[in-house]
Amino acid sequence: MPEFLEIDFPDRKAVPVVGIDLGTTNSLVAFMDLTGPKVIPGADGERLVPSVVYRSPSGEIVVGTEARRMLIDDPARTVYSVKRLMGRGAADVAGESKLFPFRIAPRSDAVIRLELGGRTFTPPQISAFILIQLKANAEAFLGQPVRQAVITVPAYFNDAQRQATKDAGRIAGLEVLRLVNEPTAASLAYGLDKRKDGIVAVYDFGGGTFDISILKLREGIFEVLATNGDTHLGGDDIDNRLLRIALEDVASEWGIDPAHDGSLVQTLRRAVIEAKERLSFAPSATVDLEYRDRKYQREIAREQFESLIREIVDRTLPPCRNCIADAGVAPEQIDEVVLVGGSTRIPLVRQAVENLFRARPHTGLDPDEVVALGAAVEAGILTGAVEDKLLLDVTPLSLGIETMGGVVSKLIDRNSTIPASASEVFTTAVDGQKNVLIHVLQGERELVQDCRSLARFDLKDIDPLPAGAARIEVKFLIDANGILNVTARDVRTGKEQSVEVKPSYGLTDDQVEAMIRESCERAEEDFRERQVREARIEADAILAAVEKGKQHDAWLEMTPEEQAAIGLALNELLLVYHSDDHALIRAHIEKLNQATMRLAELMMNAALSTALKGVKI
Amino acid sequence: MEPDYFQLFGIVPKLALNLFDLEQRFYALSRKLHPDRFSRAAGAGPAKAEEASATLNDAYRTLRNPLSRAEYVLARQGLRAAGSGQVPPELLQEVFELNEALDELRGGNPFKQPEVEAAYTRFLGELAAADARLGELFREYDEGAPGSAAEMRAVLNRRRYISNLLTEVNRVLVPLAHA
Repeated sequence: MPEFLEIDFPDRKAVPVVGIDLGTTNSLVAFMDLTGPKVIPGADGERLVPSVVYRSPSGEIVVGTEARRMLIDDPARTVYSVKRLMGRGAADVAGESKLFPFRIAPRSDAVIRLELGGRTFTPPQISAFILIQLKANAEAFLGQPVRQAVITVPAYFNDAQRQATKDAGRIAGLEVLRLVNEPTAASLAYGLDKRKDGIVAVYDFGGGTFDISILKLREGIFEVLATNGDTHLGGDDIDNRLLRIALEDVASEWGIDPAHDGSLVQTLRRAVIEAKERLSFAPSATVDLEYRDRKYQREIAREQFESLIREIVDRTLPPCRNCIADAGVAPEQIDEVVLVGGSTRIPLVRQAVENLFRARPHTGLDPDEVVALGAAVEAGILTGAVEDKLLLDVTPLSLGIETMGGVVSKLIDRNSTIPASASEVFTTAVDGQKNVLIHVLQGERELVQDCRSLARFDLKDIDPLPAGAARIEVKFLIDANGILNVTARDVRTGKEQSVEVKPSYGLTDDQVEAMIRESCERAEEDFRERQVREARIEADAILAAVEKGKQHDAWLEMTPEEQAAIGLALNELLLVYHSDDHALIRAHIEKLNQATMRLAELMMNAALSTALKGVKI
Repeated sequence: MEPDYFQLFGIVPKLALNLFDLEQRFYALSRKLHPDRFSRAAGAGPAKAEEASATLNDAYRTLRNPLSRAEYVLARQGLRAAGSGQVPPELLQEVFELNEALDELRGGNPFKQPEVEAAYTRFLGELAAADARLGELFREYDEGAPGSAAEMRAVLNRRRYISNLLTEVNRVLVPLAHA
């Protein structure tokens, strides 16, 4: 082996990967230590960071408990529950309850823009503020930089909502190694706790979303059989129902219209939430409001509360029944139901779950923390710290393309294990046609108008041929994050066909880039510096991988020339590693990438063939 | 070129499969190929893992279900499914009568309901008969009986046609039952 390969790598400590639960109401960050997953507290000692963002008149961003206080003092400069807007268009939100103080800026089309203290921000940017806070908490606690994360999303999130979450990570300066579905993450934490095989249902009723997943746990494999849910159903809806009544009371008792007083609405909202939380433990609770020397009180009995929210709780049942049917199990076969999310503390919710599944729900885990803990376990799986566990998740919605007459032709069924793929051959309809447009949708209905438009893919620069002669094979791949990737190939020439993606909702790559730049302009750190740092992280990853590759049997299959070329590319990368030119670093990463292409392929093939050997007939 | 699904799992290409064994193999392969195992790998590694894992999942989905497994085996012999609109000739008469009754029922003639319901029950029986025959054909095919593939193709076409027909009839009958 050439001598120059024996080189010490600079600046390569084990970089931690954190697990983040980016919730509607609260967010948490956790990490894996030698004994198991742990939630990281903030500087104030709090483990839950309220998902509330405040922008001060001087432009300072405040996140968490402090921001939640500002929701009352300065509601016009504060936003909460922004998760409800992720990956959604302006038309979707028109129906949102008037009780949400979202100030949607005009000219919000494919992406909503919110006004916040005199500026406009997209939901991913606001979520990024929360992520930046969590990242800072983790860095202070761990005493080292955090650059990579696993972030959880509701299982029933569609492609645009997932992409928006990933964008938020990028804007916050986090590489999102994996998006994990919240109920699946919860099952990981549960499985770690119980170490028992069987069939488990996870009922996740949070602040803004509802998910149900049914999993099979066997020897460390967590296989999701089916998932279902409603991305617009949660504790927020319960709060709003109580709030509406309290507002009417106040209006008639005080003889004013409280709806125009944002501060009053938020104070009252806080008061009904406190009453709601007490009602989980007490037979009755009082909504107690003191506002500018005026008082309002109303006692609510649990029965009254239950009849008020029964309709909301009942809306979780059809998704559960559909999920059980899709999973192909009988309710009796489900060994345990795990409760996740703050709303599962409500006795009526527990009762509904018990009736449906005919089993006492498992309440041994903290419903607020279990998702973040599971995300940390998944981070451990990705770094190799956790070796015996593996998640096999599914795509919640069917994927299809628009065909003649506005009908959707399904390519990948819902509840297919991901990654999942399908391919389809397209051709041209007229002589010399150079473009083909493919409209991709998500949903279970037959007609385009009833499904959710995901994106339009434009196959460009097709060789001009007589109608029907071109043959373009398009491959649709839903990756392990549940996000669609599309590639195309000209069947005749075998050449890669260029595809332009036009997302129906959400940001384009350029817009995300612009937002990353924008977020840095106001931050202390310079954009260039950040790009250099990111390039070095990428360099670390590939250097570590090459080092690992050299220990692999595949290394011996490489010719001396190939080994030398890798050594050269590696040395060159090390030489530029400390330069402050990110483009230069990236160029050399790419060079090393090219040089190791065959090595990576050999390693992959070796993994495949040993895998095959492991299961001899 | 798509890999052979049976080969991928290292099993003999038979229509009768031990599902527990298939699952064990699927889990073992997933542990090796899942993208989680390659998330920090260099260069083309992660993308390759996504593709390899997608192929594995697609293969498992196909082989796990006896009908899609049979379709897969036949398709590899060039015996592809007929277009979904094509009525199997032996059902032509019955389907014609059912469609007429169904049209009248949709048009608001409630007296046609018993006729449609009777046809529904009859086709349910046909579906069960097709399933029973398929079970026999799967065994014959595994034993290498000549002609079993061709008949299987015909029965699968008929089964799919009946299944779609039943869904369509259900769409008309279910709202009436709730009315």
